[in-house]
Amino acid sequence: MTDTASLEIDRVSKRFGDVVALREMTFDVRAGELFGFVGSNGAGKTTTMRIALGVLTSDGGQVRWQGKPITDETRRHIGYMPEERGLYPKMKVGEQLSYLARLHGLSASAAKRSVAEWTERLGVAHRAGDEVQTLSLGNQQRVQLAAALVHDPEILVLDEPFSGLDPVAVDVMSEVLREKVATGVPTVFSSHQLDLVERLCDRVGIVRSGEMVACGTVDELLAGGSVRLIVDAPQAQRGWADGLPGVTVQEHNGSRTVLELDDGADDQQVLKTALATGPVREFTHRRESLTELFRSVVVEPKEEEAA
Amino acid sequence: MTNPDKDVRIGPAAAVGLVAGREINTRIRSKAFIVSTVATMVLLVAGAIVAKLLSGSGPDATIGVTQATAPLAQPVQVAAKTVGESVDTKTVDEAAGRDQVRDGDLDALLIGDGTKVRVLVKQDLDDKLRTALNVLAGQLAQNQEILSQHGDPVKVNQAVATASVDVQSIEPPHNYGGQQLVLGIIAGILIYMSLLINGQAVAQGVVEEKSSRVVELLLATVRPWQLMAGKVLGIGTLGLVQMVLIGGAGILAALGTGALTISVSAALGTVVWLVVWFLLGFFAYALVLAAAGSLVSRQEDVGGVVSPVLMFVILGYVLGVSILPGDPTNKLCEVLSILPVFSPTMMPIRLAMGGVPAWEAGLAVVLMLVAIPALVWLSGRMYRNAVMRTGARVKLKEAFTRA
Repeated sequence: MTDTASLEIDRVSKRFGDVVALREMTFDVRAGELFGFVGSNGAGKTTTMRIALGVLTSDGGQVRWQGKPITDETRRHIGYMPEERGLYPKMKVGEQLSYLARLHGLSASAAKRSVAEWTERLGVAHRAGDEVQTLSLGNQQRVQLAAALVHDPEILVLDEPFSGLDPVAVDVMSEVLREKVATGVPTVFSSHQLDLVERLCDRVGIVRSGEMVACGTVDELLAGGSVRLIVDAPQAQRGWADGLPGVTVQEHNGSRTVLELDDGADDQQVLKTALATGPVREFTHRRESLTELFRSVVVEPKEEEAA
Repeated sequence: MTNPDKDVRIGPAAAVGLVAGREINTRIRSKAFIVSTVATMVLLVAGAIVAKLLSGSGPDATIGVTQATAPLAQPVQVAAKTVGESVDTKTVDEAAGRDQVRDGDLDALLIGDGTKVRVLVKQDLDDKLRTALNVLAGQLAQNQEILSQHGDPVKVNQAVATASVDVQSIEPPHNYGGQQLVLGIIAGILIYMSLLINGQAVAQGVVEEKSSRVVELLLATVRPWQLMAGKVLGIGTLGLVQMVLIGGAGILAALGTGALTISVSAALGTVVWLVVWFLLGFFAYALVLAAAGSLVSRQEDVGGVVSPVLMFVILGYVLGVSILPGDPTNKLCEVLSILPVFSPTMMPIRLAMGGVPAWEAGLAVVLMLVAIPALVWLSGRMYRNAVMRTGARVKLKEAFTRA
């Protein structure tokens, strides 16, 4: 695995009629990296993934793998889990996986070995001889994951892999993803479960209206967002914190005030000012969570647009 | 990250082959396919046997002669032959003969002294037999007249027998025998059913992939045209095998039982033409049906998009089997059977009946071969544009224009 073994999405654009789905979408997923792709519904995550897989064509921009524009041949090395789950309902699990593995270039014998391995690993080996439609939804999801992994892909692109999974399956999925990433496979997945993304991912990209609005490691992203203080001073008048250097009042919530501190602002000064108004019941130092960051970059502009 | 064990490159041909292989594997195990193939084969073989039994293996009629009329046994056979009937004769004594006529063992009994033709029948004389016996009666009268003029009836008869009309035709007409009409109708039914069943299977297969959403997973590794081509090839190959099995079994049974007395080469020709036209017709229609299927996302909507296409198959077949057997040289059918839309259903009927000028048979094939690449391009475009769009039915215009 070289340093260039990364999947690059470079200024990819796409329109559907009058609707702009992607506007110069840009990010990269590096070798051995788990990349979380988040954004509200319709932000362009699925469209981006479909273009990377060649299922859709882009209007502009480029998708590169190992520094070269991606081709149909290199695409065969991607493991893909579409948002719209799909398998042949009347085909047997084992035959189906073997067929998909062979379409991705495995020989018949290699496909057979791989199917045995992955069905075992994902706990559906005992159902290999059954038609997919007879499986429970949870097991169908496991087969779907197996379909993405069965050809030993060099890249993983998974659209909402965690949706509809029970907690045990979420653990299995997380473990498998981590394992693949550890072998150097660049992996990108989209999800609405931000706590999961925060916990699992090395880097996160947040998209809004077809554009990447924030991208980096969880720490980087949250470092960009400032530190917040929650101060509960019941007797304080509105505006008690105005004028403090590096402090912005975010909101008043009953007797609580949410303050945002710039880098280097003195929180002890805030505390002193608060105590000067009377008793202080709560003084909480809190870093922004990914969920809050997500809201601030994704939801708020929407409200502005609506206004 | 190159793992030599797995880095097997698969080219377009291999991809199409894998898709086709899956279609064959899935379909060959389906009960509907096995049952329909075996049932049609059994039906055709049984049909040949029944046809043979009904036509009877022996002569067309059996005529009894008494001691007195025994000299007429030979002449009656000769006379029957001139009118196209084969007659067996049997010498019986008159009383027994009467009983056999009553039981139906004998079609007629020649009675009297042999100088005149007198027959005893149960109810009435069969028309052909009547003609034969009339010829015989005429000969007898003639012989007696010749004898009375002191001539030699044998010589005269020989002269009469060798004299025949010398026909010279500008266009040699084709003799459409009953067997060929039946063969034509069977060929028509076979090709019609096969196009209908296999064509629909293609459309349903396309929609199955769309409705189950598996198409997105497939298109992430194969191109749309490879998926479409594989499906058409797979189902087409099985359709071909089915056609060869059914057509072959039918012809073998018919020739074997003797229900069909046309030459082996003519029979083989019929099967070969059937296969050629199945292939041409299937590929043309299957491509269009695959494209039509890609417009909808649910199985229950398949009928709506395939029926306008299948109307042409049905129309060609109905026109073919309703007009051609009664009027094999019908001008309308002749023209339509050359046009690509109708040729797959109508040309095989005409070819099985025989008498199709070589240029017509050739032109129909050539036109079809020209039409198929155009259909490949057109349906490939529609399929590519429509297959990933789920939800409402894709409009034809959008399927053509969206890049």
